[in-house]
Amino acid sequence: MKHLATKMAAVAAVGLAFTAPALAQDSDSPGPAYYEALKGKTVGFVPISMGFDLTQGWLAGMQRQADELGYEIIVRDPNWSVESGIQAINSLIAEKPDLLVIQNNDNRSYNRLVRRAISEGIPTIQVQQRVQTASDAFIGPDWFDIGTKSARAAVAQCSGDAGPSNKVAIVQGALAAPASMLMMEGIEATLAENPDIEVVSSQASDWDATKAYSITSTVLKQHADLCAVIGFWDVADVGTSGAIREAGLEGTVSLITSGGGKRDAACDKISSGEFTVYHSYNVAGQARDLNAAIKMLLQADIEAGSAPFALLSPLTRITADSLSPASCWTLEEIAQSGG
Amino acid sequence: MLGASSAGMVSQEKIVVAISVAIFAVFSFIIPDFLSTSNVSSLVQNIAILGILGVAMAITIIGRGIDLSIVTSMSVSVAWMLNLLNSGVPMSVALPLAIGFSVAVGLINGLFIAYVEVPAIFATLAMATLVYGFGKFFLVQTDVVYLPEAWRWLSRAVTGDVAGVPIPVILFLAIALFAALFLRYARDGRFIYAMGENPQAARTSGIPVRLITVLQYVLSALIALAAGLLMSMLVASMNTRISSSTLVYDVILVVVLGGIGLSGGRGGIHSVIVGTLLIGILVNGMTMLNLNYTMQNVIKAVILLLALTLDAIINPRDEQTSQQGDI
Repeated sequence: MKHLATKMAAVAAVGLAFTAPALAQDSDSPGPAYYEALKGKTVGFVPISMGFDLTQGWLAGMQRQADELGYEIIVRDPNWSVESGIQAINSLIAEKPDLLVIQNNDNRSYNRLVRRAISEGIPTIQVQQRVQTASDAFIGPDWFDIGTKSARAAVAQCSGDAGPSNKVAIVQGALAAPASMLMMEGIEATLAENPDIEVVSSQASDWDATKAYSITSTVLKQHADLCAVIGFWDVADVGTSGAIREAGLEGTVSLITSGGGKRDAACDKISSGEFTVYHSYNVAGQARDLNAAIKMLLQADIEAGSAPFALLSPLTRITADSLSPASCWTLEEIAQSGG
Repeated sequence: MLGASSAGMVSQEKIVVAISVAIFAVFSFIIPDFLSTSNVSSLVQNIAILGILGVAMAITIIGRGIDLSIVTSMSVSVAWMLNLLNSGVPMSVALPLAIGFSVAVGLINGLFIAYVEVPAIFATLAMATLVYGFGKFFLVQTDVVYLPEAWRWLSRAVTGDVAGVPIPVILFLAIALFAALFLRYARDGRFIYAMGENPQAARTSGIPVRLITVLQYVLSALIALAAGLLMSMLVASMNTRISSSTLVYDVILVVVLGGIGLSGGRGGIHSVIVGTLLIGILVNGMTMLNLNYTMQNVIKAVILLLALTLDAIINPRDEQTSQQGDI
């Protein structure tokens, strides 16, 4: 009897010894033990500007995770200025953060900055547009693919007898922006396979709605039988759709555009008929990818730049038929539970 | 004589009219459909906003000042109004607030220039930066603010026309007419010419120069606000980033091209209309020719230099202007 009791006591003691760490874990840490690596770290974020939906969505998602897991995000907002961006990144590198998130604003100077960050041992994530140097992670859409898909949508609307004519107009972004150039390459490659489509105008709006409005309204006056317009960004294409509406051609001229998928910029405009086809790179999903990349890079103690990877944002095609409550996002949703 | 074009048989304005007619003729030949009524009406509609801004700028330039803050004050006040509308503030509160903001900017400009005697170019340049920063920090956090759904009908309404004339054009002509009548027939308008011609003589003869200066800048801010409201209705949004674009220089181009000298006292609203038409014809034709944006800017600059050179040759500077310079 005494022998059995001793054995049982021994077994119980050993059992408790094994469960003790688990019990101790549950009682004093909010998350799994391996996330401890993230506490107290700093992440630097230099967007092109905090003034538009894409960057606001990314930051909302990243901030939510940062607050939950106990690390800090330092935002330096250059407000579209390349010089301020260069200064911001240089000063951040001097402060030696644990991670840098950079949105490319100028290929040449930002290329040097990314190389410098990596040589200083700071893992770097590039978002939306990348420079030539591959850094630890790239999160962004495949611009060439957006161009291809947009051109295919135009071909579907305008080939043969499908639309009022075979004429298509293109309202580009900025002539020198990588996103715009890659989209244009995608469009040109697809249209080369469809020679019956005629491109009657291809101008750059500099991402500005008023310029897009003037360009489109002039083109429509010259080609009243225009079939489709391919725009490069939802924010600028508010102007393009305004010109189509003003000419009384809403519903006849298709507007194919792309963007981050914010509800008032995308889904509302699809349901009101201003946009016909919208390719969303889904900022909410990009915020999720950014958070994943941040978690991975902060935990894994790898040498900066040694194992670069890319997470290309999958595109969601939104049309009046495929519209659903989940197609778009709002900033409040991301701040609360997204990213 | 007040308001007359500069001395000499062929004034700059007439040169610009001649160039406009020449370019119009060239485009009519080489571009099919350029001469159609719908294209001409599209041409004028696209420049309505630029024209209204030109009227605002003209009032200050004629008075020997300049207002470089009109684009910023217009975009920030309209963006703020749209922001308020989006957060549920009724139009009856949002619109007066935007008007009040513009008046405040004009007042501060005028007070600095008239009473503290800061040169207009520096005061309004600094004011532009101040208004932009203040606006982006306190009033409007996003670059682009959209017109709320409830007011979309305004956006559709403003693209209509009355008796075949597009509403933006009617607005432009109405504002131009009001400004022209003010400058020619109102006492304060004629005082603005007097101040532009010779500020010392104006002050000595009892004209309240400082008060009129303040009035100038308040008027230019309000007229710019009208341009901003029209712009926001046409594209159903307001982009505060135009403040850092070259729009204000396009406005100066339009005003100077039409013959309003930067030294003040010369030209009138008809000059603004002439300058706007030339730029409108140029931009419209170049878009139809599918010329890219950079090339369009180069051509605009060349035309401006051509017009100014012709004017310098045909109307050489007189002793008075060469003594005190242009700004």
